[in-house]
Amino acid sequence: MLLINCPYCGERPELEFVHGGQAHIARPGSPAECSDQQWADYLYRRDNIKGVHAERWRHTHGCGRFFNALRDTTSDQFLATYKIGEQPPVPAQAQPRKATA
Amino acid sequence: MSPTLRTPSGGRINRARTVRFTFDGRELRGFEGDTLASALLANGVHLVGRSFKYHRPRGVLTAGPEEPNALVAIRRDAVRVTPNLRATEVELYEGLTAHSQNRWPSLKLDVGAVNGLLSPFIPAGFYYKTFMWPRRAWKRLYEPRIRAAAGLGRAPEHPDPDSYSNRFAHCDVLVVGGGPAGLAAAHAAAESGARVILCDEQPQLGGSLLCEQDPGAALEDGAWLARTIAGLMAHPRVTVLTRTTAFGYFPHNLLGLEQRLTDHLAQPDPAQPRERQWQVRAREVVLATGAIERPLVFPGNDRPGIMLAGAARSYLNRYGVLAGRRAVLVTVSDEAYRCALDLHRAGTPVAAIIDVRPQVAGELPEAARRAGLPVHTGTTVVGTAGRLRVKSIRIRKLDAHGEPRGAVERIACDLVLMSGGHTPSAHLFSQSRGKLHWNEALQAFLPGESPERARCAGACRGIFSAAAARRDGENAGTLAARDAGLVVGAVIGEPALGPAHGAAASGELPQPAGRPVSKAFVDWQNDVTSRDLLLAAREGFRSIEHIKRYTTTGMATDQGKTSNLNALAIVARQIGKPIPEVGLTTFRMPYTPVTFGGFAGYSRGELFDPVRTTPIHDWAAGKGAVFEDVGLWKRARYFPRPGESMHAAVTRECQAVRAHCGLFDGSTLGKIEVVGKDAVTFMNRLYINGWTSLAVGRCRYGILLRDDGFIYDDGVVARIAEDRFHVTTTTGGAARVLAMMEDYLQTEWPDLSVWLTSTTEQWAVIAVQGPSARQVLEGLVQDVDLSAAALPHMSVAPGRICGVPMRLFRVSFTGELGFEINVPADFGQAVWEAVYEAGRPHGITPYGTEAMHVLRAEKGYIIVGQDTDGTVTPDDAGLAWAVGARKPDFVGKRALERPAMHSPQRKQLVGLLTAEPHVVLEEGAQVVLDARAAPPTRPIGHVTSSYYSATLGRSIALALVRGGRARMGQTLYVPTPRGNLAVQVTSPIFYDPKGSRQNA
Repeated sequence: MLLINCPYCGERPELEFVHGGQAHIARPGSPAECSDQQWADYLYRRDNIKGVHAERWRHTHGCGRFFNALRDTTSDQFLATYKIGEQPPVPAQAQPRKATA
Repeated sequence: MSPTLRTPSGGRINRARTVRFTFDGRELRGFEGDTLASALLANGVHLVGRSFKYHRPRGVLTAGPEEPNALVAIRRDAVRVTPNLRATEVELYEGLTAHSQNRWPSLKLDVGAVNGLLSPFIPAGFYYKTFMWPRRAWKRLYEPRIRAAAGLGRAPEHPDPDSYSNRFAHCDVLVVGGGPAGLAAAHAAAESGARVILCDEQPQLGGSLLCEQDPGAALEDGAWLARTIAGLMAHPRVTVLTRTTAFGYFPHNLLGLEQRLTDHLAQPDPAQPRERQWQVRAREVVLATGAIERPLVFPGNDRPGIMLAGAARSYLNRYGVLAGRRAVLVTVSDEAYRCALDLHRAGTPVAAIIDVRPQVAGELPEAARRAGLPVHTGTTVVGTAGRLRVKSIRIRKLDAHGEPRGAVERIACDLVLMSGGHTPSAHLFSQSRGKLHWNEALQAFLPGESPERARCAGACRGIFSAAAARRDGENAGTLAARDAGLVVGAVIGEPALGPAHGAAASGELPQPAGRPVSKAFVDWQNDVTSRDLLLAAREGFRSIEHIKRYTTTGMATDQGKTSNLNALAIVARQIGKPIPEVGLTTFRMPYTPVTFGGFAGYSRGELFDPVRTTPIHDWAAGKGAVFEDVGLWKRARYFPRPGESMHAAVTRECQAVRAHCGLFDGSTLGKIEVVGKDAVTFMNRLYINGWTSLAVGRCRYGILLRDDGFIYDDGVVARIAEDRFHVTTTTGGAARVLAMMEDYLQTEWPDLSVWLTSTTEQWAVIAVQGPSARQVLEGLVQDVDLSAAALPHMSVAPGRICGVPMRLFRVSFTGELGFEINVPADFGQAVWEAVYEAGRPHGITPYGTEAMHVLRAEKGYIIVGQDTDGTVTPDDAGLAWAVGARKPDFVGKRALERPAMHSPQRKQLVGLLTAEPHVVLEEGAQVVLDARAAPPTRPIGHVTSSYYSATLGRSIALALVRGGRARMGQTLYVPTPRGNLAVQVTSPIFYDPKGSRQNA
């Protein structure tokens, strides 16, 4: 179970959260001006990243707020969580630690 | 008890307390502190089980959790029978009843052993090759037979009567393993101020030191062990959990621990949980999981009486048990000589030490020579003999090229000890996605960098001597405390790895060219031999992961604890690659089997899932209502009178609503209060309808789409004030609608001033429906004019009922004159009862969800999720009129403009009337064009709702049919097991299409 740092509440176990799909996909401001292809891309096209992925989470069983996170999909390590509307921070690469001393 | 098999003194058993137990009905005795395995060995019992596939007689191989052979069933009573327990871990208690497994009719005479004779026909992957045809025979013949013949214990047949607990915990440092490294780590971390949890699977702390005659000598510090254990037990910041297995390492330093609370007790308190499962989130983890001794692979290496050298040493020093009367040691390393020396000192003759290495000159071998033990260097084992217990071993000298050339020599013995060096136990580290790296000097895979906040210490990272492991643990504990944010003192630094075992991990011992006659086992639990692995390699398997699955080596509950490295070495040599290039399979959790009860914990029976009940639930239950589950809700389905069938009850309830008045509990309806100065803007953007024109005090049927244009939810929405909407949703959709609203509000339109509050459980909803509804309520309602002019259909008014504040809705989901009384939930039942009493002179009848479904279907009202399926647009459902056409945008609008959304060939909601009026179609049945259509045929739609309508005196159905609205009056067909039934396409509104009744 992941440990997720809600920007409003702090670290909480994964079971308090719901995953909300890829982050930073804004609904087009003027849908009527979108082509069918553009609208389909907005609805359905998502990245499938091996590595650092920006994604949405909602602290459903807590403050109820949506926020964004940078997670490395290969290690499940979170590099950052940040509030809706904020720019993703430049990820400081997760530092794996030596197993030995 | 045979006195010669117990040492006269020593060990960690309590010789003052004799414990009686039975094995396969035979009464035996042991001592307090014994395991079942040590007590059996003390009684001279080596034969304890039959192997998985060949039913070969098997004995005790190990003294710990890595035991692959000695799996037994422990029976407490008729329902408390636990199969597949490792006898090496079962603590002896008075009256313990153990049974061997996988044998018939008895352990000594097992008919299934014929499998061993058939073994040339059941090689690796035999079930992929042999049982392929005829195809039908697999399910009926082969699979049941194979499953009956191969296997372990029998699963219990009754529900588990015991209770299981669970617990969450946090700590600064979690230490897994209570050997020298783990104890030192826990002590150092605690002394640095850390909150520490230390767990160990054994009943006592000490780990490998428990097997030492003199732990102080092994540690080079006589008093350390006792002092450290006492210090940890008394430490206020340390939680010590014994009999507790860390079985799983989950992301972000969450570890699962299974604590066994009562299995070791003769008479457990039934009020106490049997086990407790801990979920521990640790800031830092120290893995001090030790190492597991490797067996050697040679022909006939699986007979009872053949065990790991360290295990025999453990039985001797820890339990005071001599595992045999005449021993032979087979080894490739110096370390195992300790076992021969200990046995020799205890008086067991050591007939030979067989060392595969050509020259041996270490301190321990020299000590063995000085003690007069015959050491055969440069010698291999080519076979063993003895049916139910090993009787002799056959050895041959190796020549300069390592080929067995010498004469075969037979040595009589009843105990063969083997040691192929130690494999660091990296299961948990591997579960945490840590990568292992091959260390050539140690001939072992060692943990690399941890992807978690964790470090390894002691033997599990290749530091094998107890004294060095203790220093490594102290270092790791100090660093863990530092990384957990505590101020620590001096760091002592890490000791060197080793010592090396002195021989390459060779896989199989050298054998003469040509096939060996006997099987040489690699994986005892899954009955995999070296020949199986060689066959897999010859057949072209290269990936170790594929070989694992093909041969089953390292699978199942064992997870290759004793077998992995030998299997790898055999495959590597056969395909001519170095071991690290062949790689290692992934270790799966759990480390050792965990009971299902442990995972279920308290979540059983009534606590399995939460149950939601309405404020009127108790009243309905008192009236004999039959309930159905809708999500987590219990809803009254119908109210049968004594002896009344469901069909009769539903007919009576429907007729009462149409003729007089019905009373319905709508409290489960989802309710969301949408409030704020931008509430109307928010509703306009989200729902398809226009809300600006909705006057305060009026209601509208709202439809919510997803942005792909398909119906997501529906419900009546009331405007309570300019800035306040009372939104209702489907019962099942309440949570997801609120989540969707929050999503758009928080992430797309954060500028809107709107607050969303779930009020589902705040309001009890009492629906009063039928021609007499107004008369029923007139005497109860205050402050509201109930006349059609003042409170027309689709309106809402605040007021009071029975003195209680309410929101009174004039709405109908039945097509009749109807009201829905919303009162605070706490007053729900009192108001309900008052309405029921007031309605009795009018024939008021409580009705359930079944009648509700029939009544709404007669009116053609859809149920989202039943008559829609996530591909239905408002127009498909005949609801295009609801779309606010002049709105520039709403969720789903752009998608509705796609040409495909306007195709006349889309499936549209229609009514179907069967040619035979009393035949009720099956919901989900397909609709076809042709009377003679037979499968395979192309359906043009399907039935979504179907009921018998007592009001209409015939069956009715709703269906989604391709181009359905253009087919009015057409005859279509519905295939059924009795043939294709003719149906006529009609409007989906079967009753009162003008709506005069609900507007009354």
